[in-house]
Amino acid sequence: MTLEKVIAILAEYKECDPQEIHENSTFEELEMDSLDTVDLMMTFEDEFGVQLEMSEDVKTVGDIAKAIQAQQE
Amino acid sequence: MRDKMFRILSTASALPRRRVRNEELAEFLDTSDEWIRQRTGIRERAVCTDESLTDLMTQAGREALERAGVKPQELDLILCATIRGDDISPSQACLVQRELGAGCPAMDLGAACTGFLYALDVAAGYFARGRVKRVLILAGDTMSRLVNWKDRSTCVLFGDGAGAVLLGPGEALRAIRLTADGNSELLKIPHSGGNSPFDRLEPQQPYLSMNGQEVYKFAVSSLCRDVRQVCSEAGVLPEELDWLVPHQANLRIIESAAHKLHIPMERCLTGIETMGNTSAASIPIVLDRANTNHQLQAGQTLALTAFGAGLTTGACILTW
Repeated sequence: MTLEKVIAILAEYKECDPQEIHENSTFEELEMDSLDTVDLMMTFEDEFGVQLEMSEDVKTVGDIAKAIQAQQE
Repeated sequence: MRDKMFRILSTASALPRRRVRNEELAEFLDTSDEWIRQRTGIRERAVCTDESLTDLMTQAGREALERAGVKPQELDLILCATIRGDDISPSQACLVQRELGAGCPAMDLGAACTGFLYALDVAAGYFARGRVKRVLILAGDTMSRLVNWKDRSTCVLFGDGAGAVLLGPGEALRAIRLTADGNSELLKIPHSGGNSPFDRLEPQQPYLSMNGQEVYKFAVSSLCRDVRQVCSEAGVLPEELDWLVPHQANLRIIESAAHKLHIPMERCLTGIETMGNTSAASIPIVLDRANTNHQLQAGQTLALTAFGAGLTTGACILTW
C-alpha cells in the first residue's frame, strides 16, 4: 500500500505514467536531482505524517517506502 | 481596518550595467549553464564593476520620487533593507539620504533577504502612529562582493541590484506577518575582524556559506505557511490571489511553493532568470518591472513573501 502510494506521488511529480516507476527505480533513473529529493521528502512527510531523513541508504523507490513504513510502526 | 496605513505611490529599481551569463561563469568555474538553469532557473545576473550600492539605491530612490512627483525634502523617513552597505558606518540609508538631498531620519534594517517585508512592517507602524506621510523604502545589496567566487555552489546564485518603493497614506496593507528563528548554521556571512591586539575570537572567511538543501526546504515550507497565514487574515484564499510576489532566490522554490498553494505560475512574478538572487531587492525589483509593464491593475490582490538568513521570513497581502 505504502509503495503504491509512493509510486503514485512520484508519478504525479514527474508527470509520468505510474507504470514506468518500479520498486527498484533509483532517483538517478527517474532524473531527479537533490532539490527534487528534498521536494519529494517534504511531500511524503505531509502525506504520511512522518519525518524523513535524506540518507545514503535511501536509493530506490522501495527504500523510501520501507523508511516510511518503519516510521509509521 | 485601520485609519492610518500606507499605499504604494511608486516603484523603481536599478541594476548595474555588467551582465554575466552562465556560460561566462563556466569559463572559470567547474559548472555549466545547464546545471545552473536546471537547479535554479538563472540564466544571467547583473554584477557591479564600478558601481557602489549607493549608486544603485540613489538611482532607484530618485526614480521612485520622480515617478510619484515627490521632492526629496518631502520625505519623512528613509528605511534601507540591506545586508551590507558601502560602509559599516554611516548607514546605507544615510549615504543615500545625502545623495538624494533629503533631510529626514534614515536607518538601515537588517533582515537579509526578508528585509523588504520587515521594512514594510516598520513603515506600517510609523503610518499607524500618524508620524509620516512619505516613506522611501530602499532594498538592495552588492551580493557579488559577499560571495566566494571560488565556491561554485554559491557564487552562481546571486546578483546585484536595488529596488525602491515610495509609500504614502492609504489602505493597501491588509495583513502582514514576520518571523525569526535564530540560526547561523544554515546561512551565514561572517564578518572579518579588525586588528585589535586583545581580540581572541577566531578570524573567519568573510564569504557567504549555505546548506542548500536545508535552506530550500526551509524556504518552500515557510513560504507556504506564511502565505496561507496572511491570506487567512485577509480573508482570501491563496488560489484567489491575483499575484504571488515571492523573493527571488531560486525558481524551483517558487515553482514548488506555487504548486503546493495551487497558484498557477502565470500568476507568480519572477525575475530570477535574468538577475539571480538580489537579496532584499528582489521583491521591489519584480514589483517595479510588473508595474512598469502595466501588469498590475488597481484593486488586484498581491501576496508578497520572503525568507532569508536569520532565519527570517515575512509575508503580506496588499491591494494594489
